[in-house]
Amino acid sequence: MFKKVLLLASAGLMVMGSAAAAEKVKIGFVTTITTPAGVIGRDMVDAVNLAMEDIGGKMAGRDVELIIEDDGFKPAIGKQKTDKLVKQDKVQFVTGFIWSHVLLASQKSALGAGKFLISSNAGPSQMAGKLCHKNFFSTSWQNDQTPMAMGEVLNLNNVGSLYVMAPNYAAGKNMVAGVTRTFKGKIVGKDLTKWGKDAQLDFSAELAKAKASGAEGIFVFYPGKAGGAFIKQYAQAGLQGKIPLYSVFTVDSIALPKLQKAKMSGVMGSVMTQFWAPDLDTPQNKKFVSGFKKKYGRYPSFYAAQSYDTIFLIKSAVESVKGDLSNMDGMRAAMKAANFPSVRGKFSYGNNHFPIQNFYSRKVVKDSEGVWTTSVQEVVLKNHQDTYAKDCSM
Amino acid sequence: MDWVLIITQLLNGLQLGLLLFLLASGLTLVFGIMDFVNLAHGALYMIGAYFCASLSEVTGSFLLGIAIAIPVTAAAGAILEVSIIRRLYSKDHLDHVLATFGLILCFDTMVHFFWGPEGKAIELPAFLDGRLAILPGVEFPTFRLSIILAGLLIAFGLYFIISHTKTGMLIRAGASNRQMVSAHGIDIKSLFTIVFAVGAAMAGFAGMMISPITEASIGMGNEIIIVAFVVIIIGGIGSIKGAFLAAILVGLIDTMGRSFLDTLLKIIVSEESAETAAPALSAMAIYILMATILAFRPQGLFPPKGR
Repeated sequence: MFKKVLLLASAGLMVMGSAAAAEKVKIGFVTTITTPAGVIGRDMVDAVNLAMEDIGGKMAGRDVELIIEDDGFKPAIGKQKTDKLVKQDKVQFVTGFIWSHVLLASQKSALGAGKFLISSNAGPSQMAGKLCHKNFFSTSWQNDQTPMAMGEVLNLNNVGSLYVMAPNYAAGKNMVAGVTRTFKGKIVGKDLTKWGKDAQLDFSAELAKAKASGAEGIFVFYPGKAGGAFIKQYAQAGLQGKIPLYSVFTVDSIALPKLQKAKMSGVMGSVMTQFWAPDLDTPQNKKFVSGFKKKYGRYPSFYAAQSYDTIFLIKSAVESVKGDLSNMDGMRAAMKAANFPSVRGKFSYGNNHFPIQNFYSRKVVKDSEGVWTTSVQEVVLKNHQDTYAKDCSM
Repeated sequence: MDWVLIITQLLNGLQLGLLLFLLASGLTLVFGIMDFVNLAHGALYMIGAYFCASLSEVTGSFLLGIAIAIPVTAAAGAILEVSIIRRLYSKDHLDHVLATFGLILCFDTMVHFFWGPEGKAIELPAFLDGRLAILPGVEFPTFRLSIILAGLLIAFGLYFIISHTKTGMLIRAGASNRQMVSAHGIDIKSLFTIVFAVGAAMAGFAGMMISPITEASIGMGNEIIIVAFVVIIIGGIGSIKGAFLAAILVGLIDTMGRSFLDTLLKIIVSEESAETAAPALSAMAIYILMATILAFRPQGLFPPKGR
């Protein structure tokens, strides 16, 4: 009798053992679902859901559980949600993050608990420099890089004087710093506008100043819905055709459908810089863009592209250790190698775990069905590493 | 300084002020006459914008969209008053705040459900989309001019109704002393419904006029309603004249702060700190004004008579 009990108990232990072996891969994804910025969050969530479908919901034979949280566009809530993901849901990977200030507020909660933190968008200078961490990775870019590429485009176009506008928060300041670093002409005016949940969307006063400044170009960074609002007012204020628009993260697949609906054809042909575009010619990007268009009936934005990459980066890490989630060193080394199919093609990670990658100029065009989209023009910065990498002690 | 820029910014300030007036006049009437704190006033601003966006899409004309959306928004306001708001008058202010905050969440979610999270742009007809040279060298967007015009017309219309009609007399009486009005046997219930519906229509109209500029989006009213409260506190609660003057004052201060504060600050402090401080300071300017007025004239600049 006693033997039988012992046998049963050991059998039970074995069952438990195998249950532990089938522990799920848990990925927390923090983004903005509510507030008008929720439109960005929707694109990101759609992309990770598509990626989950494309990998069959499994990594190295383990089930993958995705937990999506809403930061409400507020750093404090982003931190709370990160704490919840780490302590309550016990995720191994905290990912997402649209906003630099939300990421900066949340990073300690994830990294301090020994979890991997992967930014699918935000790239504040602090995370690339002094705050760089062995468990932090980015599938996007450092904030300064895209405007630095834009500065080069401005130089190529012989723009002598520039008016600069951006929202007054961490990324806005990085964007301004980036374009100022490479642009060789004179900056004749600068406006940092109110940002956050009650962001300023009416730019009448700023546009009047820009017009009076006599600048040869206007550089803006207005992500999300502010982008569409800005471009409309830019046209209404009569700047179109007088002061050419050079933008970063403003004219994207989120703004364009609305601009097309409102027939704001002034945006056609406007130039921006980016590491990616829907028509970038890589196998993974073709698969991603056609899959996204098929499933959701619209073009993905760069936010979506980066989020899609996030899932594949994690998959490469989990598979390299054959699903042994306790092997942090192995997973870190695998991610560092950037050995996964990325929408941007082959790239490598720098010492601070930000991608070293190409930046392209892209233009607004009509596709074969007449839908407004963006198209890659040429490489502006080749295999570019951010300038803060030298401040990182790794 | 450049006089073209100054004139343009004065017009921009006037336009913002009149937009605030459209919102604040309804708010001040509801607060003044019914003693009801309506945080959900901004939600009416939002649904007005969405109604107009969808109706202009269906009819293919912005003007037609506005013409239909105004009565629809007024009707929505009347339904809201009869079904929910009416039950709250007897409760105290804290209950009003709680209930109308709940309404904001309901409206935001409803809009999210019916229209999705991405917001709606409105296409302007060509004759409103251009610019007009009002003075030699001073070009101003036609649509912003039409906001100024519409705002002034409505302000004048309201002035006429309130000072020269019987309904207006009742409204003024209600703002001064509610109990006395009902003691005289006036049907205060339907008066309240009318005032609420008119307030809703004006708030909705303000939303319709701003969304060709900024798009209709979820929570758009929550951003501006705070400023509308500042306006009615400065102007004196219950006073249309106060709301009008305070709205223009606030519009001008906000726009002028955003335009010239950084230039002024650069004289005193370094360029970099001026650039960072100026947006924060100009955002604060109207609240500083409100605090000053509350300290010296707690009843506001033009409170209704008899209180």
